Amino acid sequence: MQLVDMEIPGQSERVITVREAGLVACRRCSSVWPGEATECARCGARLVSRDRKSLQRVWAWWLAGIMCYLPANLYPMLETRTLLFTSDATIVGGAIELIHHGSVGIAVVILVASVLIPIGKFLSIALLAISVDRPGLLPKHQRHGLFEIVEYVGRWSMIDVFVVAILASLVQLSVVASIKPGPASLTFALSVIFTMFSAQSIDPRLIWDEDRATNGDPE
Amino acid sequence: MAAPTYHDTKDLIACTECDALYHVVDPNPGELGVCARCHHVMIRPRRFAGMRIIMMAVTMLILMVGAIYFPFLRVEVQGLAHSASIMDAVFAFADVRLSVLSVLTAAFILLIPALRMGLLLYVLVPIVFDRPALAGARRAFRWSEVLKPWSMAEIFAIGCAVALVKVGDLARVEMGPAFWMFIGLVIVVVVQETFICSWSIWKSLDSQSA
Ligand SMILES: [Zn+2]
Ligand SMILES: [Zn+2]
Repeated sequence: MQLVDMEIPGQSERVITVREAGLVACRRCSSVWPGEATECARCGARLVSRDRKSLQRVWAWWLAGIMCYLPANLYPMLETRTLLFTSDATIVGGAIELIHHGSVGIAVVILVASVLIPIGKFLSIALLAISVDRPGLLPKHQRHGLFEIVEYVGRWSMIDVFVVAILASLVQLSVVASIKPGPASLTFALSVIFTMFSAQSIDPRLIWDEDRATNGDPE
Repeated sequence: MAAPTYHDTKDLIACTECDALYHVVDPNPGELGVCARCHHVMIRPRRFAGMRIIMMAVTMLILMVGAIYFPFLRVEVQGLAHSASIMDAVFAFADVRLSVLSVLTAAFILLIPALRMGLLLYVLVPIVFDRPALAGARRAFRWSEVLKPWSMAEIFAIGCAVALVKVGDLARVEMGPAFWMFIGLVIVVVVQETFICSWSIWKSLDSQSA
């Protein structure tokens, strides 16, 4: 066992895991309990050394997320009515329109938050879930990088829903211009929420275990 | 080395990401306890953190009341004007088919951020003022942690920036007092997050009930 040596974390000595010590850790509050404990006496969370069943939850939410993401791209996000025209813009369509108007920067923000992050997240979660059983699939560092991205970046996809909310509440200028949220705003928001649940269901300890088994954990 | 047996697991800490086991040496304020295996930050105590979190939570709640009450944004084009409050943005999805989204938006940008502040106050005020913890303080703190990713005020703020640029081409936009209050609120939330060390708070809760 290693000390949490505050300034110089960890000499090259091999880190022991809670499981190897015959104990079980609480994923919510990081406390450690005897191996037979089933409930954290500190925060009340359920204790599972390795949550293999979590993969089923990961896939269920993942599927729900994809099923909402597809219509989110087909239906309009925004319905704009002006004196001259009426237009329904999908996520990608809206971004292309922005580029035509010269707002390339904003178009990039929208495309990253609404297309790149969600698709990247679907792929990452799938790769991570598959690689729990097939550790050779991805190099070690990429898997841990992926997990961090999936865990912290996903919620930022919600930007586009909030943009729709602000635009629709603000641009209400009778006949001159008015904006209404389209049906895609709901399916897109649900897709973000479902993928957040999917990502939260991953037990990252499974990923680290496989590394130890395959690479001997040189750290 | 034989596997050691552990009589007392109180001084141990687990990395919640990679399951590495550590023995905790009492950290000094400002130091970081980083997992040697996965670089996850486990401990980050700050000086007077409790008091600062309390003050920021109160500030945030006051700013939120103001941000809801005052005008948020106003557009003007060809003599026509329209102003919107944050509540208008929340209820932008008034269409029956989309009304779930109004509830979700209200939760993500107003209710959950405010609820988290309330929970933190409930947990921390007794600790900081040396009183016994209130009933259910542990459950309250656990919920505050669970809700963290669902508190999206800062994402809404970026959404505002994007929306402003989008409208800016077509119309003149004025920021109302609520806009600046909301930006202040987001800054408070982001700074406050750097003071919240859950390990330290759990430890305080442990020592209170012992
Ligand atoms: Zn716990
Ligand atoms: Zn770790």
